[in-house]
Amino acid sequence: MGDMTIRLAGYSRRIAWRPWRLAGLSLLTCVVIALVSLACGRVWLPPGEWLAGLKRGEGAIWLIVTQLRLPRVVLAAEVGGALALSGWILQQVLRNPLASPDTLGLSGGASAAVVAYLALAAGQGGAWVRPVAAIAGALLVVASVYALALRGGRVTPYRLILIGVGMGALAGAVVTLMLIVGRAELASSAYVWLVGSVYGANRADAVTLGGLLALVLLFGVPLIRYALLAPLDDALAAGIGVSVPASRLALIGVASLLAGLAIAWGGAMAFVGLFAPHLARRWVAVSGSAQALAAVAIGASVVMSADLVGRTLFLPLDLPAGIFVAAVGAPFFIGLLIRETRTS
Amino acid sequence: MTTKAFGLLLAVICSALVSLAAGGHWLGPEAIWHALVMPEADNIDDLLIRGTRASRTLIALVAGASLAVAGGLIQTVTGNPLASPGILGINAGALLALVAGAGLLSLPLAGSGYVAALLGAGLTCGLVWLIAMQGAGRAGPLRLVLAGAALAALFNAISQALLVVDQQGLDAILVWMAGSVAGHSLTGVWPMLVGAVVVMALGVPFLRHLNVLSAGEQTARTVGARVRGLQAIALLATALLAGNAVAMAGSIAFVGLIVPHLARRLLGSDHRCWLPGAAALGAMLLLWGDIVARLVIAPREVPVGVAMTLIGVPFFIGLIRMTGRPHG
Amino acid sequence: MTSIRADELTLGYGRKTVVEGLTLDVPDGATTVIIGGNGSGKSTLLLALGRLLVPSRGRVLLAGADIQRSPTREIARRLALLPQQPRTPEAMTVRQLVALGRHPYQSWLAQWSQRDERMVERAMQRADVADLADRVVDTLSGGQRQRVWIALAVAQDTPLLLLDEPISFLDPAHQLDVLDLLRTLNRETRKTVVMVLHDLNLAARYGDHIIGMRDGRIVAEGTPETVMTADNVRAIFDLVCRIVPDPCVGTPMCVPVGRAL
Repeated sequence: MGDMTIRLAGYSRRIAWRPWRLAGLSLLTCVVIALVSLACGRVWLPPGEWLAGLKRGEGAIWLIVTQLRLPRVVLAAEVGGALALSGWILQQVLRNPLASPDTLGLSGGASAAVVAYLALAAGQGGAWVRPVAAIAGALLVVASVYALALRGGRVTPYRLILIGVGMGALAGAVVTLMLIVGRAELASSAYVWLVGSVYGANRADAVTLGGLLALVLLFGVPLIRYALLAPLDDALAAGIGVSVPASRLALIGVASLLAGLAIAWGGAMAFVGLFAPHLARRWVAVSGSAQALAAVAIGASVVMSADLVGRTLFLPLDLPAGIFVAAVGAPFFIGLLIRETRTS
Repeated sequence: MTTKAFGLLLAVICSALVSLAAGGHWLGPEAIWHALVMPEADNIDDLLIRGTRASRTLIALVAGASLAVAGGLIQTVTGNPLASPGILGINAGALLALVAGAGLLSLPLAGSGYVAALLGAGLTCGLVWLIAMQGAGRAGPLRLVLAGAALAALFNAISQALLVVDQQGLDAILVWMAGSVAGHSLTGVWPMLVGAVVVMALGVPFLRHLNVLSAGEQTARTVGARVRGLQAIALLATALLAGNAVAMAGSIAFVGLIVPHLARRLLGSDHRCWLPGAAALGAMLLLWGDIVARLVIAPREVPVGVAMTLIGVPFFIGLIRMTGRPHG
Repeated sequence: MTSIRADELTLGYGRKTVVEGLTLDVPDGATTVIIGGNGSGKSTLLLALGRLLVPSRGRVLLAGADIQRSPTREIARRLALLPQQPRTPEAMTVRQLVALGRHPYQSWLAQWSQRDERMVERAMQRADVADLADRVVDTLSGGQRQRVWIALAVAQDTPLLLLDEPISFLDPAHQLDVLDLLRTLNRETRKTVVMVLHDLNLAARYGDHIIGMRDGRIVAEGTPETVMTADNVRAIFDLVCRIVPDPCVGTPMCVPVGRAL
């Protein structure tokens, strides 16, 4: 058993020990990877050294860690965690293990908007334009997917998926069209963004994204329990007093915002959103908030490690993290699949 | 049913004729007749048709039909409406082979591209199957799909890494990724055409078994179907058809995703009806995509994958909105 | 009180009308059993009583208020509904699933009050699934799953329970267990129970009030003795039968002879 009940005035929870322990382990991994990321780079800084440097509050080490590495590590964690949580929510809501932020056309919409901005305004207008364009594109596509899937005031997961895939393809076609018809240098500059990276992240980026994500989570975390109910029959969920259409809309909204923000700063590395939730499902077998937390930790770990690999293994090259997200994640995932078949 | 079949066949033939006629320089029916039946070596119209338009028409026909059928098969096997031939890693494998061939071995994309892409697609597919089959053939459809998705992501990542490091081939590869049916000689089309026709013809006797398979694994077993064997055959056919098409026409697996849905909604759920119907619809979609692709910004061309998507998606969404679905 | 009644109800799916102009008063504190052939509209009626189907005409009144105009959470505290064969969510434990029955009483802060815990434990015990509490639901047998669903409905702790074929997929012993449980709930806590059953003899044994439906209309209504007559069974099911007293409890028992032609 080992379950724990917490009851304070007005607050009560049942904490199942095992899932939370597993989620805690994945969080711990996440922290370890973050520390290693801070230590590694063009200059190797042993933990003792950079801790000492941090304490001093000045000097070269302090500068490297706080100004260069920390923002990048934090941004990577934020992007990975947000995409993973978005994917986890969408897999619950759409009742399909293949669902990811791509499924509703989120990455497609963001990519189309960003490439259009790069093509038309050639990247002018300040640092804030690109993220705003990405979020606007993503939300526009999701909103139209939802509106198109609406019938008699309801949407079904099945129609959402099909229309989302269609709209995603449409956005993808627009991107390709712009890349091919557009100026020659557009393709290479857009391509790096499309692959997804956390290049040149500064403190403002990390803080802005963190703040916005926290704002979304403020609404999103209380909705997690509705995500748990989403795989239930509509009739059964309605029977226990859940307004199914409203909770579905709210969850899709939260998932879209999370993914839209992550894509705006980290580019379209949607693979995290597909497979981090899967790893979490296999790791924390029982559905619940612990599983969602594990997904976040795994997503963050993967993007941080991908960025770490991208900026250290191929020195002096600094390769976009999006490339290594799959390179880090996929073998792990495949190994898990193989091991699981052997044991079952 | 027969009227629908005839209608589809007629529509495909008409589309093919339009495809022969359309372009920067429009050709009339006499010119087409002339070129097909009694070509002359020094007639410019004949050269135009036999040199470029006939081959791209044929490629569009075969690739569209192959990908649509492949998509239908994979959706039936996995029971997942999101599945497409891309999920088996076919596109990713072909892309990696092309990128690696062009980047590392400096192979020309035009000449050896078909073979390299076919090889890449086939090897990846086999690898996906191997991973999914680990452990006494317990490959459930979901495991297959997940293995495919993971491997596809991995291979795409490697391709991307190669492309980011060496951006020289990027333009040519981008064109391939967007899909293109142009630039092949008529003789170069034959291997692909024969391959697709043979696979489809061999598959016809299995169509009725697919109906059983789509009723769910357990039901299929209880009526005596050999589920694993059927799944393996369907996957093999998917890999061959899609690999063949992708190697020739580029990364346009999207046909395989939406056309099966269109066909099922138009023709019902009997595989003997809708799968051939999907072949016809897929061929038509790609043909019209190609026709539009060469007309809209002539004399330049839009990638066929783009044109096809722009045409296909509104249809697709309209159809989904119009027809309900009893469960979902 | 919790009295539920249907007023001139017309129900259908899309353009197809299944139930037309049906008026029904469910007796309070009794066990009402709806019987009828396949496609007679009994499940449709149950869905409408549980506010899951919006009537095209007419109203369902719960304690005098239109059920479609009341907040769904509030209704969920007064009425629990168990649909026919719900899909099993992956990777949820039995306890998690049964605890969902407490959803209408919970807020984001309070998700496991003492009352929640008590009701969930008791519901699991009553439905005989306490031993399975930490098992994952999709590893259970069909019968075990059905009992988990019933535990969920019981944990909802409502004065009104609607169940659509709650004992299909159960072996005879567990069928009686479930029906006995529902009867106990009905007798001890004066819960109103409305269920659809296919077994006429169990309907007669456990029902206080029987409603016989055919083609979306109520053909016969009343005590088991008044409804379970050879004529009524023929009118409802096209079935020729003889009615004999149940040797155990004396309620009417239907012994089928054959199909009426």
